[in-house]
Amino acid sequence: MTRAREAADTPRIDPAAMENLELDEPRPPRISRRVRRRLVLYVCRIALVVIVLGGWEIGVNTKHIDPFFWGQPSGVWRQLKTWITDGTAQGSLAEQILVTLQEAVYGFVIGVVLGVVLGIALGRNRFLSDLLSPFIKVANSIPRIVLGSLFSIAFGFGITSKVVLAVVLVFFGVFFNAFQGTREVDRNLLSNARILGASRWQTTRQVVLPSAFTWILASLHVSFGFALIGAVVGELLGADKGMGLLIRNAQNNFSPNGVLAGMVIIGVIALIAEGLITALENRLLRWRPPQTGGGDVNI
Amino acid sequence: MPMSTNPATNAIELRGVTKRFATPSGEVFTALRDLDMEVAPGEFCAVVGPTGCGKSTTLTLVSGLERASRGTVKVDGRPVSGITPGVGFMFQTDAVFPWKSVLDNVAAGPRFRGAGRRKANEAARDWLRRVGLAGFEDRYPHQLSGGMRKRVALAQSLINEPRVLLMDEPFSALDVQTRSIMSDELLALWEQTRPAVIFVTHDLEEAIALADKVIVLTAGPGRIKATFQINLPRPRKAQEIRFTDEFVALYSEIWEALRSEVETAYARSTTEVAP
Repeated sequence: MTRAREAADTPRIDPAAMENLELDEPRPPRISRRVRRRLVLYVCRIALVVIVLGGWEIGVNTKHIDPFFWGQPSGVWRQLKTWITDGTAQGSLAEQILVTLQEAVYGFVIGVVLGVVLGIALGRNRFLSDLLSPFIKVANSIPRIVLGSLFSIAFGFGITSKVVLAVVLVFFGVFFNAFQGTREVDRNLLSNARILGASRWQTTRQVVLPSAFTWILASLHVSFGFALIGAVVGELLGADKGMGLLIRNAQNNFSPNGVLAGMVIIGVIALIAEGLITALENRLLRWRPPQTGGGDVNI
Repeated sequence: MPMSTNPATNAIELRGVTKRFATPSGEVFTALRDLDMEVAPGEFCAVVGPTGCGKSTTLTLVSGLERASRGTVKVDGRPVSGITPGVGFMFQTDAVFPWKSVLDNVAAGPRFRGAGRRKANEAARDWLRRVGLAGFEDRYPHQLSGGMRKRVALAQSLINEPRVLLMDEPFSALDVQTRSIMSDELLALWEQTRPAVIFVTHDLEEAIALADKVIVLTAGPGRIKATFQINLPRPRKAQEIRFTDEFVALYSEIWEALRSEVETAYARSTTEVAP
């Protein structure tokens, strides 16, 4: 197997490129140009951050910005350090993060599974989609975040009310993408599978699901953000632990720095999750041809 | 699967077949009208005709992907209902599964039909060897050339050992050289298992080079205009046979029948487009 793969891989080296390499050494300048481009990009990014945060800090020091309302970067930094070294009023910082993360991850996983299963089921079944689509449209158009109040009454201050809110927020994005992805499956691929002898379930598993995966994975990027929002808003509405509670306590103490520090932590969590989802995406979509334009632009 | 041994039974038989579709605008479009066609077991039948004459529709009816509006479609003497067992189909556009490796693509048929992974992979390796793709088992389709993807599709169909092979302009997306190479390889593989074939094409040269019988359809709704027996000796080489006198004579004879239909279809399409 591996030998076959090696043998198959060898012709991929372009002999013309090899010759070029030996003849006029175009390689060092080409690579350095790319490295230089990246370097310039990173320097500019850092400069942008410095300008925004520095401007803010200077604005506070020159009394153009009132830190009582808007906080200041150095204050946010001090607040973060205090939380890390001395813990928060409601326990260690790690504990708050873990509680929020747990709620978000539960909500994310449950919401994604429900969204994918229902999206594909409705995409494959005409009657089911005709039956349920008006209800789903209505449910999607109401401001679901308000349900958080209902859930905190029904499920209390514990983890359940936050998980349920996160599920509700995650579900719709994933559902609509899975549904659309199922509807967009290439007719020829479905016909081919049927003729090759696939049953309906085999077709769903081996043709519809992988085909819709491109759509589903696209929705996951946004969905984890929604899960975090669900968890944090749920905590803002009433909780005994978590980042949302930490932010609400900061608000009650008139501490904008505390609110912003909480946001920074949630932002870092979201970034890490985004990285993990992108890694998962690259792993699951190996079969796709490389995207044109390269992976340089990450927005 | 019981083989029909009666030589009188046609592999494929269409009797008085009409196929109508509802167009998106709500009108009824008749693709085929009162079509009669038969293909003997092991016969290679090419179908030519102008654009939109229902060539591809005959294939979807024989395969069971679509039902005839009227008339009967039989494969091996049995009326078609649902997907016809023992049928292979090669599509005009790529229909190999892009998320499966080459090996898994070819093994898909046996796997769908309940074969174990080891047995299916063994058979798939064997077929990949036959279509000249040994060593490419682990590639994904997007890493292959157009011609190689067609070979994968061919192996994917033939591994199920179909008694009827339906081909819908399978090589039309390929460049001319690759196309004639693929024609030769198709003939060589067809000789091994000898399924009955319906090969739909726009290309009259391709049709004559491959087939035992060329059927010319009229401009839509399609019916049979003429049938030509191609008694050129086998085994054939598609690239070379085109220059023989018999080939040239057949070509001009069939083109004579086809030309007026092509002109009708063309005139119709231009008047329809004109405001």
